[in-house]
Amino acid sequence: MAGLPVAGLLDAYRLRWKRRRLLARAVAKRRELVAVVDRTKAILPADILCFAVVRNEAVRLPWFLDHHRRLGVAQFLIVDNGSDDGTDALLAAQGDVSLWRTDAGYKASRFGVDWVTWLLARYGHGHWCLTLDADEALVYPYCDTRDLRALTGWLDAQGRAMFGAMMLDMYPKGPVGQAEYRAGDDPFATLQWFDAGNYGIRVQEPMGNLWVQGGPRARVFFADNPRRAPTLNKVPLVKWNRRYAYVNSTHSLLPPRLNRIYDTDGGEAPSGLLLHSKFLDVAVARAAEEKRRGQHFGDAALYAPYYDAVAANPDLWCPASRRYDGWRGLEALGLMSRGGWV
Amino acid sequence: MTVASTSLGFVMLCHTALHRAAEVARHWAERGCPVVIHVDARVKAWSYDKMKAELADLANVRFSQRFACEWGTWGIVAATQAAAEVMLAEFEEVRHVYLASGSCMPLRPVKDLIEYLEARPRTDFIESVTTEEVGWTIGGLNMERFTLRFPFSWRTQRRLFDGYVALQRKVGFKRTIPNGIVPHLGSQWWCLTRQTLSAILQGPDRKLYDDYFRRVWIPDESYFQTLVRLVSASVESRSLTLSKFDFQGKPHIFYDDHLQLLRRSDCFVARKIWPHANRLYSTFLTDDAAAQAGGEPNPGKIDRLFAKAVERRVKGRPGLYMQSRFPNEHFENGRTAAPYSVFHGFSEVFEQFETWLSKTTGSRVHGHLFAPDRVEFAGGEAVYNGALSDNPKLRDYNPRSFLSNLIWATRGERQCFQFGPADNQMLNEFMALDANAQISVISGAWALPLWKSNRNFGDIRREAARLQKIESETLAILRLPATKARVRIWTLAEFVESPMEPLQTIVDEISPRSLRRLTEAPKMTDLAGFGQFLQNLRNQGMQPVLMGDFPAGDDLRPVQATRGRPYLVK
Repeated sequence: MAGLPVAGLLDAYRLRWKRRRLLARAVAKRRELVAVVDRTKAILPADILCFAVVRNEAVRLPWFLDHHRRLGVAQFLIVDNGSDDGTDALLAAQGDVSLWRTDAGYKASRFGVDWVTWLLARYGHGHWCLTLDADEALVYPYCDTRDLRALTGWLDAQGRAMFGAMMLDMYPKGPVGQAEYRAGDDPFATLQWFDAGNYGIRVQEPMGNLWVQGGPRARVFFADNPRRAPTLNKVPLVKWNRRYAYVNSTHSLLPPRLNRIYDTDGGEAPSGLLLHSKFLDVAVARAAEEKRRGQHFGDAALYAPYYDAVAANPDLWCPASRRYDGWRGLEALGLMSRGGWV
Repeated sequence: MTVASTSLGFVMLCHTALHRAAEVARHWAERGCPVVIHVDARVKAWSYDKMKAELADLANVRFSQRFACEWGTWGIVAATQAAAEVMLAEFEEVRHVYLASGSCMPLRPVKDLIEYLEARPRTDFIESVTTEEVGWTIGGLNMERFTLRFPFSWRTQRRLFDGYVALQRKVGFKRTIPNGIVPHLGSQWWCLTRQTLSAILQGPDRKLYDDYFRRVWIPDESYFQTLVRLVSASVESRSLTLSKFDFQGKPHIFYDDHLQLLRRSDCFVARKIWPHANRLYSTFLTDDAAAQAGGEPNPGKIDRLFAKAVERRVKGRPGLYMQSRFPNEHFENGRTAAPYSVFHGFSEVFEQFETWLSKTTGSRVHGHLFAPDRVEFAGGEAVYNGALSDNPKLRDYNPRSFLSNLIWATRGERQCFQFGPADNQMLNEFMALDANAQISVISGAWALPLWKSNRNFGDIRREAARLQKIESETLAILRLPATKARVRIWTLAEFVESPMEPLQTIVDEISPRSLRRLTEAPKMTDLAGFGQFLQNLRNQGMQPVLMGDFPAGDDLRPVQATRGRPYLVK
């Protein structure tokens, strides 16, 4: 690393303090979490863990848990942020879920990141940790035949401590609210479609992460203000160390080297995707509620037109939409890469 | 259990997933092959004892003295020597000794392998190539493995390792190689005859060689590979174990979904097998596995697959920009995914140029993709391949991504589009440096629409000045020495004088296979009076220069083309 410019050193120094600040915040916020069911004693050293903050996700969670269980997640560590739809009872009844509850503000916890950071530091150290939202489903090369133990074992052998997975917004053909979704169903039986190649990418300093935007939300809701379009890049799977900290959702984390999920010399690093099931029928009703609560964006007022557009039951499908048919198709389209894994 | 002893014995080096190694050892032992197992000294005692207990019922399994086997160190060779000595001493009927690891798995019935070896009773199967000829190097070291010293760990003390290597190079340090032996390298996994192996292990100079190789880097890839050349009459330089390495020199792992691939390889043994690959273990550790006409091992298909994977990892797919591939400038291995054509001024000079081009070349011809008010996709589509939107704000938010996405999403179909000084100019440099771009410019053609427009002359003059300035800058970029695009530039006057030749060249380049003479030219717009228009601009103080030389009065040269008739070239 000889020849680092002074500015780079200064950034590195600032980011180190930023990371410490974030960790300190998370430690302070631990008091907001009340354990409902604590099964963390059952965690074995080689276990792969999944962390999430949820609110009123009783509809999505059964399939979410099933999917990631099948991929080899040994235990889910979940924070329930004031659900009133039975989410807590559903989660407490699962044998592989440890559950905490809090009624504190989501926004004040940096959209749940403080809580998750605490749980990661406390239980995730030394484990491969998958940090997700309830509307995200991880897919990666060979996920139909190889579970996460295979993937993480290979990443270990490669000397990679992290695995990037961009969010891929999935949508139905026809208005979003049209097809009824029942708990336990595969959401991607309805949300079969996605945008194959309209993602804009740039490098974001000082952390060096890529900033990926695009997809149907940019195309339909943010065409006139693309800068505000949702960020899609994520680093959800990390061999955790208690000194690490997510900065902004799981879009980026510190120390900065963990954001280098991409190659810069032309090669393809391994990556997966998070199939995003936001646009189930429930999204329409939910948009109005989220708009009212104003807990999801820094400056929630700026996103009022977006919420209104979703509440109006939009159709995101277009003739160029592609139909999901497994990971191989996604990889061939260049949305993710096997990155040398055979 | 008693089974007839065979002439093949296995030495297994194990360090993880011992229960799997035990399964494989049992498989071989129950079929009459003696097995000597070395377990890494770093493995915990309870784990070692468990493995011993699992195999306690087998009379032809032995455990050898344990050494710590850190990667790249002498321990692995010491372990191999000790285990091989046990094999030679305790199983006299063994003729071939096969060195395997705990993550190896037989792909063909062991009797196939025995028959294969019995047909070649004096052959030693060991990959053994001279340092000049090896295709792989780790840490950039070949011959220097044998002439330098390596007191530091490559994996955990990389800086010290590299620094010490550099220092030795600088001061010219060189170890002497004993007895002038010629160092050879090769895969660690071999199959040697009793004669050869015992000659190595019981040779008079063994201590000398051991002391020397103890300090060679990665001796497990060179100790037997070198010494075999001194004692063997018949070296077949290849490994019977199928083992593939990735770009970092780390072994590839086989999973359940490789079942068919492994079956068809006809190799005898493969490594490494993922310990959780239940299907592979249950399939191959039976007697009926792959009981096909066993020919020569044929790993060709696997080789290709793995070579492709390495290429994907190291070079990537040209022109793809995505979450885990975002090359720095000049490292793209192709800025865009496929060749495309950019036309400056052609749709102004010719009427219906886009239709004509599309018909002539069979490619996709867009309008002005970078027009300020709208992305003019072919056919006026609102959303194009890849779900690209025709919204100019989305495009202008990240024009580079827009263009590379479009070319990526339309792979297999040549894209052509119109461009001009009124368009978004942010990509001029990107395209100029893109070897996939074919850029054809009729400079000054932007003046034609102005000439035909119904605007006040003052506005026209200002607009002409603006466009001329922009186009001059564009041309300057296209003429840079660094430009990689195929750039052709004509002035408007030059072009209208003889339009067929340039068109033919461009069309040939777009569809090289057709190689037909153009029979139908696109209809050229009527230029009568254009010279006067340029003169008027001059009279008003603007200096139109990019159009070339148009006489102010009669339009002599271009007149032939202005008739608008189909234009035949024989």
